Amino acid sequence: MSYIDYYKILGIDKSATANDVKKAYRKLARKYHPDVNPNDKEAEQKFKEINEANEVLSNPENRKKFDAYGKDWKHADDIERAKQQQQYQYSQRQGGFEQGGFEGFGDEGFSDFFESMFGGRRTSSGSQGRSVKFKGQDYNASLHLDLKDVYTTHKRTLTVNGKNIRLTIPAGVENGQVIKIKGHGGEGVNGGPKGDLYITFSIDNHSDFKRNKNDLYTTVQLDLYKALLGGEITVSTFQGKVKLNVKPGTQSGTKIKLKGKGFPIYKKEENFGDLYITYQITIPTNLTEKEKELFKELSKLR
Amino acid sequence: MKAKEYISIPELCSIHNIEISFISNLNELGLVEVITVEKTNCIHQDTIADVEKMIRLHQDLEVNPAGIDVIFNLLQKVEHLHEELNTIKNRLKIYDSDF
Repeated sequence: MSYIDYYKILGIDKSATANDVKKAYRKLARKYHPDVNPNDKEAEQKFKEINEANEVLSNPENRKKFDAYGKDWKHADDIERAKQQQQYQYSQRQGGFEQGGFEGFGDEGFSDFFESMFGGRRTSSGSQGRSVKFKGQDYNASLHLDLKDVYTTHKRTLTVNGKNIRLTIPAGVENGQVIKIKGHGGEGVNGGPKGDLYITFSIDNHSDFKRNKNDLYTTVQLDLYKALLGGEITVSTFQGKVKLNVKPGTQSGTKIKLKGKGFPIYKKEENFGDLYITYQITIPTNLTEKEKELFKELSKLR
Repeated sequence: MKAKEYISIPELCSIHNIEISFISNLNELGLVEVITVEKTNCIHQDTIADVEKMIRLHQDLEVNPAGIDVIFNLLQKVEHLHEELNTIKNRLKIYDSDF
């Protein structure tokens, strides 16, 4: 736990008036407010810090205490006295205290330094706007899956805030896609509806295929003779192996499309994207003397 | 039409300690759809998250309804750009050299 300079956080000096504190707080709040910085953890952290700074500096009593003991907060006796006093004040106010409220903004609102010095609870000022007052808190969760997991629609049980939720994950979910599960967030207050659960999918691909939306891409090695003379090869797709006819004289880099052998289309059961195969021709190495001779002979014919 | 799907505006305003005129202003700007259910002005519960966000922007940051309209439009653009960026990032993975 280390000392926090609340003046520095708000970008003001010790001689700042109450109006300066308010102005500095408002300016920073407009910049870092979670409602104007969705899914930005850095802004959220910054907003917590400026709120804490405002909590201390906008309250004359807290500011006096901070100015007097701030840097010497380790002087246990003074802090202890302050703490006891604060806890008493909190117990007087408990009735009006409301839960913290932004997405993921939960309970861990205050620094250890603040808790040690001011008793760990916010006062009633400056926090009204951040409280849950009606609709419950939205929860955010991320789910790591493998590409092969999302090839088929399947059910999965997630534990979010201690509760088990059984979900159907539709085939074809994309990396980075967010889905909303209505009513699986925090409880509403004052009779309000429950919050929602937002799940961000993070999909790892360890397969031999690259994915772009519903299309898959892969490279198939073709030996020189098959490329020259043509023939049948077996290639792997996500749905198993398929046989392909290679045309005589196939060039390296030739692309072919296998219709419907790509990835399932999200929420369109039985519809699939395409698989694109690029042929890469492998040239034989470590030729024997006999092979070299034959190739030389062949080259003379061209 | 199920009544429980709708949230009474007077009740919402009293919980949030805001004037009903604030919601009316949002309605005039097309930011909130006000529906009358059993003679009470209501909003649909699916819109509550946005309405509460508008109330927070107003109360925490002192933004007026016109400013909220601007913020919501910009946030929509940001969301759209974020989706586009995600699509392009996923697409770029096709060209990763480790394959």
